[in-house]
Amino acid sequence: MKGLAELLAEHPFFKGLKREHLEYIATCGTNAVFKPGDYLAREGDEADRFYVIRHGTVALELFVPHRGPIVIQTVREGDVLGWSWLLDPHRWAFDARAVTLVRAIAFDGACLRQKCEQDPELGYELMKRFAQVIAERLKATRIQLMDVYGHQR
Amino acid sequence: MPHETLATLSGGPGRTFRPHWARVLRVRRETPDTWTLTLDTGGPFAFAPGQFNMLYAFGVGEVPISISGDPTRSGPLTHTIRAVGPVTRALCQCKPGDLIGVRGPFGTPWPVDRAEGLDVVIVAGGIGLAPLRPALYYLLEQRDWYGKIVLLYGARSPRDLLYRRELERWRGRFDLVVEVTVDHADPSWRGHVGVVTRLIPEVSFDPWNTLALVCGPEIMMRFTVQALLDRRVPPENIYLSMERNMQCGVGLCGHCQFGPYFVCKDGPVFAYPQVAPFLGKREV
Repeated sequence: MKGLAELLAEHPFFKGLKREHLEYIATCGTNAVFKPGDYLAREGDEADRFYVIRHGTVALELFVPHRGPIVIQTVREGDVLGWSWLLDPHRWAFDARAVTLVRAIAFDGACLRQKCEQDPELGYELMKRFAQVIAERLKATRIQLMDVYGHQR
Repeated sequence: MPHETLATLSGGPGRTFRPHWARVLRVRRETPDTWTLTLDTGGPFAFAPGQFNMLYAFGVGEVPISISGDPTRSGPLTHTIRAVGPVTRALCQCKPGDLIGVRGPFGTPWPVDRAEGLDVVIVAGGIGLAPLRPALYYLLEQRDWYGKIVLLYGARSPRDLLYRRELERWRGRFDLVVEVTVDHADPSWRGHVGVVTRLIPEVSFDPWNTLALVCGPEIMMRFTVQALLDRRVPPENIYLSMERNMQCGVGLCGHCQFGPYFVCKDGPVFAYPQVAPFLGKREV
């Protein structure tokens, strides 16, 4: 059976991370399984975790009064879910619902923050990777905001 | 269809300037604002994937509409039309038995003959799936000639997806990868939510040996090209279908000028290096 460090090494988000760093942060992670319909996060709750998705699809939703939940994005195998654990005030900004069976590695945010403080090289490396994810999602969101399939074509 | 025929298809004899009558056989509502018209033109209507016709709603006007049917079968002519202005609204309101005018086919086709031996990645956005459907029909008809075939399709919401039943059929094939995404959805949607460009890094194909066919809103095509280039697809293997205000269909009136090109005659399908200097230029 593979250890957590091996599983992390196979995930695109951690590709190229030093072996020692993988083993160091693996102690903050646990395997997690969610059935379809389970919530990985709820808007407004304390963001004490982030998830490395190994299998399945998760819908990020916002609840709109009189309309119900709206899916704003899906993340799946190969993605990471959540960066609020990094940023004050550590609150989830959306709901995250398993659309299918989801297998993930759940990281304890406080544990990981502590390790990043103790090892600035690891902290900078993780920060660069999260910045890349945030930038890609921001770009995608901007395109979505343009409503490119509207009537202007 | 032999390659020579595909490569040499151009404006049909006698259909260049004078519209021919076509009778509406069927009208099918695809989405809240898009309809597919099946037309009887009185005989076979040969065309190449990616070409368009000028459709004339009598008394209202004429518009360029891509052919969305199967080029490998000699059946009725098919057009998928989004009702956005007076002419397209008039066409979409047609009933079986009504008559409209057809001039064409016009324009350059998708380079399906160049795709032999390569993987083919088709990226469609919104109504952009309509001009790409004939290319997909053609590729599937000659399935053994190609490597992987991937269709990535993005739309505004699940109810704006074209050809839903066909998409489901295509998804069921073992020799075709189909990924569909929408910009937003309610929780009953079990597919992807996000922009179509996000699918490009996630699907498996051999970038150096890939031909990409892209059609959708121009801004979507710009970001799609960037994502394909990021995957190392050679620029000369990326083809786009451009849209401009086409009127004569044969490069005489100048309405559809795009840099040094007339989209109706030199396009609508262009290799990316041809149009790269003009994409995103404000004045073009």
